[in-house]
Amino acid sequence: MASPLQQFEIHPIVPIHIGGIDLSITNSALWMGISVATASVFLAFGARRRALVPGRWQVMAEMSYEFIANMLRDNVGDAGRRFFPYIFTLFMFILFGNLLGLVPGAFTYTSHIAVTLALAMTVFVAVTIVGIVKHGLHFFTFFVPSGVPALMMPLMIPIEIISYLSRPVSLSIRLFANMMAGHTMMKVFAGFVVPLGAATFGIGGLAPIAMDVALTGFELLVAFLQAYVFTVLTCLYLNDALHLH
Amino acid sequence: MGEDNRPPSLDDLGNRLRAAREHREADSQHKGTLSSGPPGMSGLGWAVRVGVEMVSALIVGVGVGLGLDWWLDTKPWFLVVFFLLGSGAAMLNVWRAAMGYGLAVGYPKQGDSEDEQEKATHGKVAGTSGGADSNGNSADKESER
Repeated sequence: MASPLQQFEIHPIVPIHIGGIDLSITNSALWMGISVATASVFLAFGARRRALVPGRWQVMAEMSYEFIANMLRDNVGDAGRRFFPYIFTLFMFILFGNLLGLVPGAFTYTSHIAVTLALAMTVFVAVTIVGIVKHGLHFFTFFVPSGVPALMMPLMIPIEIISYLSRPVSLSIRLFANMMAGHTMMKVFAGFVVPLGAATFGIGGLAPIAMDVALTGFELLVAFLQAYVFTVLTCLYLNDALHLH
Repeated sequence: MGEDNRPPSLDDLGNRLRAAREHREADSQHKGTLSSGPPGMSGLGWAVRVGVEMVSALIVGVGVGLGLDWWLDTKPWFLVVFFLLGSGAAMLNVWRAAMGYGLAVGYPKQGDSEDEQEKATHGKVAGTSGGADSNGNSADKESER
C-alpha cells in the first residue's frame, strides 16, 4: 500500500536547470497552470454570450463575480473597489486549486505550505504597503492599542506587533492544513478498501468506500470554504489597512 | 386543470418562502445575540480555529526570538522574552476570536473619535456575521473549520 502522504510528493516533469537554479516544471506548477487555464476558460466562455437572460454557464460566471464583489463591498467598502482584480484572482486561484485537487490523480498545490505561505505573504506585504502609502507613518499607530495605561505600552506594543505578524502564518496554515488533512484522510480510508475487502470477501471494503464518498462531499465543501475564508480574511486585512480599525 | 392550479400554488410557494425566510432571519438573529462563541460554529471547527490562532502567534514569537538570538549572539534571552510575548499574542488572538472581533484582527477602539469607533464596530460586524447579508449563511460556513 502506498503511503497516504505520497500524493503530496513533488516531482519534476520538465527538468529545467539554469545557472544551478532548479526551475523545473513540477507537477505542482503543472496543476497551477491547469487551474489558471480552467478558471480563464470558465470566465471567458461565461462572458462570451452576454445574454440578457443568462444561461447556466453565464450564471455561474456572474455568481462568482458578484460573490467577490459583494464580499469586497461589505467588508472593505467603496475604497476596496480598486483591489477587486487581485482579490478575485486570488479567490479563483485557490478555489480552482482546491477543486481540481479533488480530481483523482490530480495534485493539490494548496496542500503545500510553500504555496499558501507565498500567497499569504503576498497579501500581507501588499496590505502593509497599502496601509503605509495611505496613512504614512500614522499607519504605525495601528500597533498602539487604545485604552491601555502608558505603563503597559512596552508590553502591549510588541504583543500587538507579533499578533499582526502572525496573520500570514495563520492564514497560510489554515488553508494548507485543511487541504492536507482532508486529502490524507481520504487516502487513509481508501487504503483500507483492498485489505478489508480481501479479508472479508469484498463486503468489508464497502464501509471505507462509503466513508470516502462522504468525505468527497465534505472536501468539496471545504474546498469552497477555505477559498472563501482566505479571501474574506484578505478583505478584512485590507479594510484594517485602509481604515485603521 | 394544471392551468387552474398554478396561481394558488405559486401564492402558496411565496408564503412558504416568506415564512422560511422569516424563520431563518429570526434564527440568525438569535444566534447573533449569543455572546459566547461565534454563531453556528461547530465544536471541532472552533477548536481548529483557536488552535491555528495560538500556534501561529507562537511560531512568530519563537521565530523572532531565535532570529534575534542568532543575530546578536545572546543565546537564550530573546527566545525566552519573545516566547512569552508570543504567548501573550496567542492569548490576544484567541480573545479576539472568542469575542467575535474574530476575523477582523484589529483592536476595538473605545473612547476614540466617533469615526474610528464606527469603523471598529463595522469591522466587528463584518467579522462576526461577515458577508452574511450577501450569501445567507456564510458565517456558518466559514466557522465550520
